[in-house]
Amino acid sequence: MAKEKMTTAFEYAPAPESRSVVDIAPSYGLFIDGEFTEAADGKVFKTVSPSTEEVLAEVAQAGEADVDRAVRAARKAFEKWSALPGSERAKYLFRIARIIQERSRELAVLETLDNGKPIKETRDADLPLVAAHFFYYAGWADKLDHAGYGANPRPLGVAGQVIPWNFPLLMLAWKIAPALATGNTVVLKPAETTPLSALFFADICRQAGLPKGVVNILPGYGDTGAALVAHPDVNKVAFTGSTAVGKEIARTVAGTRKKLTLELGGKGANIVFDDAPIDQAVEGIVTGIFFNQGQVCCAGSRLLVQESVHDELLDSLKRRLSTLRLGDPLDKNTDIGAINSAEQLARITTLADQGEAEGAERWSPACELPSAGYWFAPTLFTNVTQAHTIARDEIFGPVLSVLTFRTPDEAVAKANNTQYGLSAGIWTEKGSRILAVANKLRAGVVWSNTFNKFDPTSPFGGYKESGFGREGGRHGLEAYLAPSSPEGER
Amino acid sequence: MNAVDRLSVLKTYKLYVGGKFPRSESGRVYEVTDPKGNWLANAPQSSRKDARDAVVAARKAFGGWAGATAYNRGQVLYRVAEMLEGRRDQFVREVADAEGLGKSKAGAVVDAAVDRWVWYAGWTDKIAQVVGGGNPVAGPFFNLSSPEPTGVVAVLAPQESSFLGLVSVLAPVIATGNTAVVVASEKSPLPALSLAEVLATSDVPGGVVNVLSGRTAEIAPPLAAHQDVNAIDLAGADEGLAKQLEIAAADNLKRVLRPQAVDNWTATPGTDRLTAFLETKTVWHPTGSLGASGSSY
Repeated sequence: MAKEKMTTAFEYAPAPESRSVVDIAPSYGLFIDGEFTEAADGKVFKTVSPSTEEVLAEVAQAGEADVDRAVRAARKAFEKWSALPGSERAKYLFRIARIIQERSRELAVLETLDNGKPIKETRDADLPLVAAHFFYYAGWADKLDHAGYGANPRPLGVAGQVIPWNFPLLMLAWKIAPALATGNTVVLKPAETTPLSALFFADICRQAGLPKGVVNILPGYGDTGAALVAHPDVNKVAFTGSTAVGKEIARTVAGTRKKLTLELGGKGANIVFDDAPIDQAVEGIVTGIFFNQGQVCCAGSRLLVQESVHDELLDSLKRRLSTLRLGDPLDKNTDIGAINSAEQLARITTLADQGEAEGAERWSPACELPSAGYWFAPTLFTNVTQAHTIARDEIFGPVLSVLTFRTPDEAVAKANNTQYGLSAGIWTEKGSRILAVANKLRAGVVWSNTFNKFDPTSPFGGYKESGFGREGGRHGLEAYLAPSSPEGER
Repeated sequence: MNAVDRLSVLKTYKLYVGGKFPRSESGRVYEVTDPKGNWLANAPQSSRKDARDAVVAARKAFGGWAGATAYNRGQVLYRVAEMLEGRRDQFVREVADAEGLGKSKAGAVVDAAVDRWVWYAGWTDKIAQVVGGGNPVAGPFFNLSSPEPTGVVAVLAPQESSFLGLVSVLAPVIATGNTAVVVASEKSPLPALSLAEVLATSDVPGGVVNVLSGRTAEIAPPLAAHQDVNAIDLAGADEGLAKQLEIAAADNLKRVLRPQAVDNWTATPGTDRLTAFLETKTVWHPTGSLGASGSSY
């Protein structure tokens, strides 16, 4: 942070969280059938800390043969796991939730190291939500008869799950907790840049005494995920990631009986009306686009501000951005951490440059970026039109595009003018306007006078090309239960 | 009997698009026969352009239909049942001809179709309470999930059950506020085309249901690939076509309902066909507290 721009009255001393709470081994295997094992072809890859580029560990890279082995293990485990009384499955999941709570500081530090996000976020958002998610779905395991999916609903079988790098352990929880609660077994592929927390989760399964084969973890790249999705003995595919990959997966499972749920990209509109409480709205805008460096599928990446308050809001927003602290993710005062990978940094850089080239006005607070690691300063663009690439494409980084509107109808039309439909925000003091606008937004999650709130009881998922299916809440069970017969019986 | 039997007046069967009854823009028709091969009528053989026109009509009708109250949609669907009941004899005859059924079996089919409209009429204002609801989030928020219609749904009607099957897949789509482009049974399109006449006189707004007849393999691919269609029901597609259409549908991530074997269309349907074309919207509202400051955030 450039000192001359600091608007606070005093400097912050460094306050790093201790790394000693986590013990990262030099190498990790695949977790198949309850055991860590090398890849059949012996392939490995390295995972680095995005804030320093330090190599954290070497990880086995699963190939097709390993996928097959893991699916077989999951299939074998399915028989007993699905036949367990729900109350017993529940207790395993409660155990897992409790162990996650016990080990939450360790996992928070690990996640921050492997992902690059601030410890403030892993400690206060990711980990509490992970534990809560397991705790929530644990309780469903013996109450499925009452969930509204018919009496005695059946699991699907083996779930192949592919998750992204932006919330590695939280996305794992969103996938594994409902799958196990409903009696499925899983093969999960974490992202290639963030495999460690999933491998630590394997150890938590061991501590919880989870039967072998119920959870299998296969680190790897896109080809590992593709092999998992295409495996003929997988009954369910759940994917969170880019819309392009989601479409490819939809094509892969076409003509099969595999059940598919997709949680994909977004270009969320954050709509600020002229009567909004400006200070709260500014906090919400910052949370919306700079939480997790904007690497959030439901980020509020398009700010739609009513013309009459545009200047006032932008002044406040710029002032607020000047106080954000970018740097060491392990520092407890850090607001903005590192971008997850060199590849993602390159994508953000290209799109931001394109925004400038297409005529939008770029602004960032004075901000000193660390010399090592992958960093991108908080950025906002004004004079953005709906035709601009930065108003249409998901950037998945700390880049905000600011557009204006005059009437509520125009705000709704602009908000909905996107291929995506994941999230939106509304800022106004008028209750009836909140409800009227929320009603017209084609988005799966709408935050009014708040943003980026998550809860295990709250269904999450998109409209249109943001995917289909819901994760969280009672709705999240459906993705893992067999469809009923055409006559409506299950 | 008269010395000379009266020559009956035949009906020109037409498409139903945007509340109007056009011929296919292609000018094509194809011969429709009963199962024994006797000529019944010439049905319009829809083109890709007809399919696109139908999507435009369905999109135009979506806002109004989705925005209608659930009570209103329920009354409209019930009105369809009323109109159908009044035309019972006509449909018994058409279903008997189309499916080669005796008069009493065809009568049972038409009765079941009328009852199906009644069943779904009753669902319009109940499904939101069954599948939506408040979520007890761990924070000061009122959090509510509600179902909303997916949008424009392409419906490939079942090939065999040309009337009850059709009603069974169409009614749940529009009950929740979607609009539909229906591709009628290829071999037996006449009951579907006649149903359009019922819909047109039942307060169903024009464009909410659009009915096309023709070659399923010709009309379905442009619908499956159409960027302004939100979902597709593949009930009337065979295995090969279904896979091809599902691949095409992935281009804009349509919601796809795969074909399912149905032995008995008269069985009471569950809610699955209703929920297949619903989205869940979850809205968070701060509840705040009425503290000394009076701030609600």
